[in-house]
Amino acid sequence: MAIHDLKHSDNVVEITGLKYRVGNKAIFDRLNVSIPRGKITAIMGPSGTGKTTLLRVMTGQVLADRGRVWVEGKNIARLSIDELYDLRKQMGFLFQNGALFTDNTVYENVAFPLREHTKLPENLIRHVVLMKLQAVGLRGAANLMPAELSGGMARRVALARAIALDPKIIFYDEPFTGLDPISMGVIVRLIRVLNDSLGLTSIIVSHDVEEVSSVSDHSYLISDGKVVAYGTPEELEHNKSAWVRQFMKGLADGPVPFHYPAPDYAGQLLGEEQA
Amino acid sequence: MRFLLREIYYIALDFLQGVGSICLFLFRLLRYTPTALLRWRIVWQQIYSVGAMSLVLIMVSGLFVGMVMALESYHVLVKFAATAALGTGVALSILRELGPVVTALLFAGRAGTALTSEIGLMRATEQLAGMEMMAVDPVRRIVVPRFIAGAVSVPLLTMIFCAIAILGGYYVGVDLMGVDQGAFWSQMRVNVDLVDDILKSVVIKSIVFGGAISLIAVYEGYYSLPTAEGVSRATTRTVVNSSLAVLALDYLLTALLFHGA
Ligand SMILES: Nc1ncnc2c1ncn2[C@@H]1O[C@H](COP(=O)(O)OP(=O)(O)OP(=O)(O)O)[C@@H](O)[C@H]1O
Ligand SMILES: [Mg+2]
Repeated sequence: MAIHDLKHSDNVVEITGLKYRVGNKAIFDRLNVSIPRGKITAIMGPSGTGKTTLLRVMTGQVLADRGRVWVEGKNIARLSIDELYDLRKQMGFLFQNGALFTDNTVYENVAFPLREHTKLPENLIRHVVLMKLQAVGLRGAANLMPAELSGGMARRVALARAIALDPKIIFYDEPFTGLDPISMGVIVRLIRVLNDSLGLTSIIVSHDVEEVSSVSDHSYLISDGKVVAYGTPEELEHNKSAWVRQFMKGLADGPVPFHYPAPDYAGQLLGEEQA
Repeated sequence: MRFLLREIYYIALDFLQGVGSICLFLFRLLRYTPTALLRWRIVWQQIYSVGAMSLVLIMVSGLFVGMVMALESYHVLVKFAATAALGTGVALSILRELGPVVTALLFAGRAGTALTSEIGLMRATEQLAGMEMMAVDPVRRIVVPRFIAGAVSVPLLTMIFCAIAILGGYYVGVDLMGVDQGAFWSQMRVNVDLVDDILKSVVIKSIVFGGAISLIAVYEGYYSLPTAEGVSRATTRTVVNSSLAVLALDYLLTALLFHGA
């Protein structure tokens, strides 16, 4: 594909031929992914396939060994640190563990990106922070410290912080784990509303098939470093492949391995006995 | 024998690599220092938390060091009927050696470790990565202000240490041992040299020590492994390395400043 095609393509993120390895373990092997503008794209796959790593690649936190990663038409490997930071100002990133600043209050956590990147006066910052916290239902928790929050609350604060600067692209790493059914519903709707009303592009990494299917426009299923399936939730639902059916329906038996690669179990037990 | 030589070679190589990368880190910090100073609020906050938490420790230690110095010196001087020189003796040993060195060692143990573990834990809990994703450089936002704060605090703390140590010496010498008050101060004033004993020693040494400790502390924190053990090892390395650095630099500076190398 020629470079100018990418510039004008309507994909916010375009990954071609991605190879990435940690140590001598290949995490991605010639992976191709494109994220269309204005849509909610889900990336699903079993635990440990490299979904978090894929988000890191897309945001330039780690660099690919091989292959190209284009974000907003820019080759992320070629950007200087300042250009990368300029790009990231348009990105929101929800970390799997929240990554809140433990020594600042909830309020200060959400205010942080505003204080760093805008010159807004204090009363406007206050407005924005309370509005974002209200959206995730935690305005009342503004003065708590992160240690006083539950895991699900911390995740919602992190979400409020991720959208504080009204980003154009937002990455959610497992936004649904640790949420009760009510906040789950609220967050699912919030993701949808944010995406549609602000014209965002959203990328959700998750293995909660049901919630993700209810909110996403397209999904990628990845496993063993490759894309196994791609399509709308309905298409995946009716996919014929045994692998996809097993994953989407959460069946125990099938081609998807539940175990991390390991030597033969019986052999290992016996081997230890001898040692 | 061969084995031993190879061991030494690797240790030396390790050491040089460490020094090299810490120097590169220092250049990076210095490059961002002017812009960090513009955001003086953040720096000021750090000076407050780094300096203030060491203040009581430094004052109490200074008092005791001064008192011990006076007690020891008095028992030597009294044999030669030279107790009038007590003030000079106490002041010179405090200003030239004990003040800067003891303050630096205490600071490394009290504030250096806190800096390392704070930054290391921020790395381990992905707070630094989170900051990078919000397009904020953690070196500029977190590391540089702490480095400046440490480097500024040590000279201030050293001056406080010296002042209190001399007062402690005065208390033991004059109030307890009965040395003549006038002799204590006047001899001190005649024999303590502004350039040699205050500028060269207290000021220069404490600035160098403060810079070295803060650099080591933030470096170890920033590059610590993101695990519980990684952070605890980094903290230990801060104490060991910065104490050794202070003692080695003390020798170097004394040789250079006073004995004209
Ligand atoms: N620092 C690291 N060192 C070695 N291996 C790593 C490292 N980070 C990740 N990995 C490996 O990379 C693989 C992908 O990790 P990643 O965190 O991206 O998985 P994931 O798909 O997000 O899993 P989960 O759904 O459980 O969050 C894992 O198999 C893990 O063993
Ligand atoms: Mg993950």
